[in-house]
Amino acid sequence: MNIFKIIKDIEKVDGEVYDRLSSRRQAFSSFGSFGKKVAFAAAPIALGTMFKKAYGQSSGSIADVLNFALTLEYLEAEFYQMGLDASGAIASENRAFFTDVRDHEVAHVAFLKTAIQSMNATPVAKPTFDFSAGGAFPDWNTNPATYLALSQAFEDTGVRAYKGQAGNLVSNSGVLTAALQIHAVEARHAAIVRRIRGLKGWITNDERGAGMPAATQAIYDGEAQTTQAGVNVPSISGVSAAQVSEAFDEPLTKQAVLDIAGLFIV
Amino acid sequence: MMKQTTPEENEGGLMKSLGSPMQRRMFFRYAGATAAATTLLLTTSCDDDDDVTPPSNTAVDLGSGDVGILNYAYALEQLEAAFYTAVVANSASALSSAEMAVMQDLKAHEVAHRELFKAALGTSAIPNLEVDFSSIDFKNKTSVLNAAKTFEDLGVAAYNGAGKLLTDTGAGLDYLLLAGKIVSVEARHAAAIHDLISNNARAYGAAQIDANGLDKAMAPADVLAAAKTYIATEINFSNLPK
Repeated sequence: MNIFKIIKDIEKVDGEVYDRLSSRRQAFSSFGSFGKKVAFAAAPIALGTMFKKAYGQSSGSIADVLNFALTLEYLEAEFYQMGLDASGAIASENRAFFTDVRDHEVAHVAFLKTAIQSMNATPVAKPTFDFSAGGAFPDWNTNPATYLALSQAFEDTGVRAYKGQAGNLVSNSGVLTAALQIHAVEARHAAIVRRIRGLKGWITNDERGAGMPAATQAIYDGEAQTTQAGVNVPSISGVSAAQVSEAFDEPLTKQAVLDIAGLFIV
Repeated sequence: MMKQTTPEENEGGLMKSLGSPMQRRMFFRYAGATAAATTLLLTTSCDDDDDVTPPSNTAVDLGSGDVGILNYAYALEQLEAAFYTAVVANSASALSSAEMAVMQDLKAHEVAHRELFKAALGTSAIPNLEVDFSSIDFKNKTSVLNAAKTFEDLGVAAYNGAGKLLTDTGAGLDYLLLAGKIVSVEARHAAAIHDLISNNARAYGAAQIDANGLDKAMAPADVLAAAKTYIATEINFSNLPK
């Protein structure tokens, strides 16, 4: 499949395709930083989401944001359930923790569905997931190290995803608060998974951490920020840039999250 | 027993003499909160009869609107930063090197949060609060970790509860994002502390999470009531948005 040929073909019927996609440059660049094999496997999905965005997807409604969150929660809930069901994905000493995490994600799915329905909107259907990402992680449910790496990837992504949507929820304080409450739970999960993997619970600079596949780097890009609210924090605080970067988690755009999640959606 | 008086309580005169916020900021960059700076501040400002900063036995008013909420966050970050500073200074004998490494990170993170709020608030910032850690035994690991757990879980609930109170649709969105950037780090801290308390048995604070999978969210009044044991300065939060 040749992405550029497809875009060229579209250009024949839509002369502005490049303009429409230019604002998606970030999506392209994060797309490019994924492993080649993963990128190839996921190209149809990522391209689809990119075009959906470029061609006037109306966003901003609260139900849209909740459906976006629901998609991520479906992914996490199924990942942890399948990990617990597999015999070799989770080391015995971590089963209790992952059981709790599964329970939380299942609860988030139910909570979000209820919230969406209460707004007279329709919850999106659960996608079909492929946690091997088209064969990039063939041992995801037989090798605890791979399973833990993907767990970290999903939890750190979840934290950034919710954070990126908070500003779209201000018109409904109840939903905003609930989203913040879920956001904090994802952060607790992330910290523990990272500690199980021998890392700090927090993200230093934009480092994905030892043992994380290069394909997960897009999850950490942009985390090295040390200027907050227009203030250069290291210079006023005397705290090192690395530790300041740890002290603030950064958001991800909806599109960046969909590009990451899209790798695991068939 | 550890009661700390922080330098800004009597700094009003000196702050005025330092002039612009930038000069003030630069001053603190170099002075920090060292003992020498404290002495300097106290001695140079005590004869100033035009002191705008209330003495420590008078309630500090957090203010109203977004500024009030930012001051509320600043107060909590002052408390956390002072706590971890005291832990790093006094608890080496009580903690393992791995535990102390976590404490050093937490100290750095909370100092970064505190200094950011102070800079962002500028002249609207509340003065430094006087903390009261007399209930904490800094030579006892359980006491230190339990206090850390209290502060972190409370911090998470405080930010979760405060998000909706940031109502300014212009700058307020930036403040909401800023609060979001901080609260997830507080939640990471909280989980790590629970994990340390469980001796790496992967506790994360299960009791904080309800049947819907939601972490706690608390109103400022409830948070400040819970933090009152550790803050000697009286805080007036009556003007905060509700």
